[in-house]
Amino acid sequence: MIRLEKRPTPSRAWTYATPVLAVALTMLAGGLMFAALGKNPFLAIKTIFYDPILGEFAFYYRGQLLVKAGPLILIAVGLAMGFKAGIWNIGAEGQYIMGAIFGAAVGLAFYPAEHWYIFPLMVIAGAIGGLLWAMIPALLKVKFNTNEILVSLLLVYVAEQLLAAMALGALRNPDATGFPGSRNLQQYPAASNPEIWAGTGIHMGVVAALIAVIFAYILLSRHLMGFHIQLAGQSPKAARFGGVNPTALVVFCMGLSGALAGLAGMFEVTGPAGQIAISFNSGYGFTAIIVAFLGRLHPIGILLAGLLMALTYIGGEAAQATLQIPAAAIQAFQGMLLFFLLGVDVLSNYRIRLVKEGVA
Amino acid sequence: MTDLLSVQGLTKAYPGVVANDDVSFSIAPGEIHALLGENGAGKSTLVKMVYGLVKPDTGKMELFGKPFAPPEPRSARAAGVAMVFQHFSLFEALTVAENVGLGMENPPPLGQLSREIREVSHAYGLPLDPRRLVGDLSAGERQRVEIVRCLLQDPKLLIMDEPTSVLTPQEVEILFATLNKLKAEGTSILYISHKLEEIRALCDGATILRRGKVVASCDPRENSAAELAELMVGEALQVPDRAPGETGKVVLTVAGLTSEHVDTFGTKLQNIGFEVRAGEVLGIGGVAGNGQDELLSALSGETIGSPETVRFRGKPVGHLPPNARRRLGMLSAPEERLGHAAAPDMSLVENAILSGWQRQKLTSGGGFLRWGAARSFAEEIIAAFDVRTPGAHVAARALSGGNLQKFVIGREMLQRPDLLIVNQPTWGVDASAAAAIRQALLDLASAGAAVVVISQDLDELMEVSDRFAALNAGHLSAPKPARGLSMEQIGLMLGGAHDMDVANPDEAHHIIETYEEGHP
Repeated sequence: MIRLEKRPTPSRAWTYATPVLAVALTMLAGGLMFAALGKNPFLAIKTIFYDPILGEFAFYYRGQLLVKAGPLILIAVGLAMGFKAGIWNIGAEGQYIMGAIFGAAVGLAFYPAEHWYIFPLMVIAGAIGGLLWAMIPALLKVKFNTNEILVSLLLVYVAEQLLAAMALGALRNPDATGFPGSRNLQQYPAASNPEIWAGTGIHMGVVAALIAVIFAYILLSRHLMGFHIQLAGQSPKAARFGGVNPTALVVFCMGLSGALAGLAGMFEVTGPAGQIAISFNSGYGFTAIIVAFLGRLHPIGILLAGLLMALTYIGGEAAQATLQIPAAAIQAFQGMLLFFLLGVDVLSNYRIRLVKEGVA
Repeated sequence: MTDLLSVQGLTKAYPGVVANDDVSFSIAPGEIHALLGENGAGKSTLVKMVYGLVKPDTGKMELFGKPFAPPEPRSARAAGVAMVFQHFSLFEALTVAENVGLGMENPPPLGQLSREIREVSHAYGLPLDPRRLVGDLSAGERQRVEIVRCLLQDPKLLIMDEPTSVLTPQEVEILFATLNKLKAEGTSILYISHKLEEIRALCDGATILRRGKVVASCDPRENSAAELAELMVGEALQVPDRAPGETGKVVLTVAGLTSEHVDTFGTKLQNIGFEVRAGEVLGIGGVAGNGQDELLSALSGETIGSPETVRFRGKPVGHLPPNARRRLGMLSAPEERLGHAAAPDMSLVENAILSGWQRQKLTSGGGFLRWGAARSFAEEIIAAFDVRTPGAHVAARALSGGNLQKFVIGREMLQRPDLLIVNQPTWGVDASAAAAIRQALLDLASAGAAVVVISQDLDELMEVSDRFAALNAGHLSAPKPARGLSMEQIGLMLGGAHDMDVANPDEAHHIIETYEEGHP
């Protein structure tokens, strides 16, 4: 009989080993699934995990990897702060949209002027846009004790409607003879966020994501605020005894995650996306929730998880294109990764013991 | 005569610690057998093995001469073993009958169950109304629910873990009468307690555990409490002593403190007022659930009110949050160690930061943590208060209750408070550690701090208090000098008739008298 025994303290070794084990199990189970679909499992796994990094066309994929991982990491780092404190901002997608709208609107307001300060102003506006959108669920929670999960989530759909209204209305390109969508910011140098080194995929948003990871790491491990965040999440009553102000914490965590999501949206609209369009948002805000948990809510973990998540997306697309693996199978494969990760997580808090029946 | 239960060579090891090492003892039918030992001596593990919650590594048990190895509590109950836990597992929003029914394998219909509860509870002198909500019951009544739940199963062996820790002297008397009645009917009782006088009054035999091993088996009636304590601790006990010194200026003034209850079943504080002077210990007695938690959180700053209700050295602080009060020198240690005074999954170092970062300067400018200083502070607490732990890196939940309590109290004391408020400072702590904590409280007062001790343990309060007051349903009696207070006066202060099933004062008087006889 197999028994689970709770460890007195969580195992440090398993905390690091479980993600590796989960990836290995995903490859095994995914390989079986691909084999059942009549595809070569080894080739499929290689196409997903190896080719985008080291394969023949890696020079193209590698850039894509950072373009996709950047916003995921930037958003996930902010969300993780809240999740650690037990504050559930599920609406990063909406804050991401609002950051993009605010940032783009400031840039377009200056069009066609060329000043050095335009882009910095847009960065600030993007952060403020996300922050303000996150303040709605935060203040409602603080004042009326509403559930921030519902409010932040529903505000995503409000933001999407606003996005469409902007693309069709206030921010529509006046020179585009009726097509929805704003001017392309990539063609407006003062307001654009190009690759810093051509072909690498590294734009300002990727740099910002890296800075956010470092900032969050220091906050959590070295700063009293990070200590209070973790305390509030683990033991709310002890946090109250320790003098943590729950109102301030909700405002801080929602504000931080909103601002980072807003920044991600702003860097996306000025860089890879280029313009405010009806279909601007592509689910980064939701995927970032998975990335945050995949990375154990730890900044370094999130960095790796964001890259891994981006890899499965890019590798998955490649596998669809070159091996004709159905998109549903790729999604199932990504689902397996999360499933195994959460499943083997039990090993860090429990040990498995094989117990013989009938021992008295 | 065969033993009812015999335990031979029971061993149970956990990673890093042998909880029970070759433990053997036996209980005769109709015997009240005491299990004595310090915290971490292995009492809980031992009874959990008897109750089927934990499986022993080696050794065997026999019940009525037949091999007994319950794989789970259900089979232990089926074999006639019942257990009343120290922490009750009751749903406050349900009635007594519903709670009892939930704990049974095949509960009869509610009407019949209510009848049975009424019959059994009256037969054993534990009156209970099956229709009342558990949330409205006192701790003593809740314990009755647990006991009646066990009695309905007609147990042959009843295990009781620290049953008197939440009871008034009067309730203890009622409980003892019930246990003696059970004993007369042939039911054996395995009784776990730290209160040695209690064990001497009640038990026929005792097994004493120290660090997982049986160090002695004896008849507690033939040994003095001091002898039992020495066997338990392995050294002579120190009794706290202090000459009542000069008291200084008023440190804490509480006036007109009235609180809204925090949760549905909390107690509302009713216009509480008292003063504590420097160098003085004020003891506040009362049965749990009469406003102790609410009073502590009003004084710690976890609940805040109007400024004038709490004054510290004359300065209104009623509106200040916990950290502002800590900066002034007002420190506190709540009753619930795990999850309130300490965060379970955080290390002792982190838990040292929890309430100590301001006064111990564990952060540098800009709020950055000084981990080295925090670690030294945690290690200082561990050394000064004899906290038994492999190190400061260990999570709080890995410590035994008593050791964590020593850590929590030590953390506040080492911050040199001008005012310390503690709730149940020695609850579930072994005799020697409890004595050390009380001595530390007295030393703190001698050094000029004001100390408020909220406790349900009257012996403890009489030992440490200069003045004594009692909380009853959110009201605080006027504090009186503790020296020279009789048990009767204390009983009346505690609100004698509150929650007791004694209608007339004569009967109350009688009960208090019997209590005094048992406790000279």
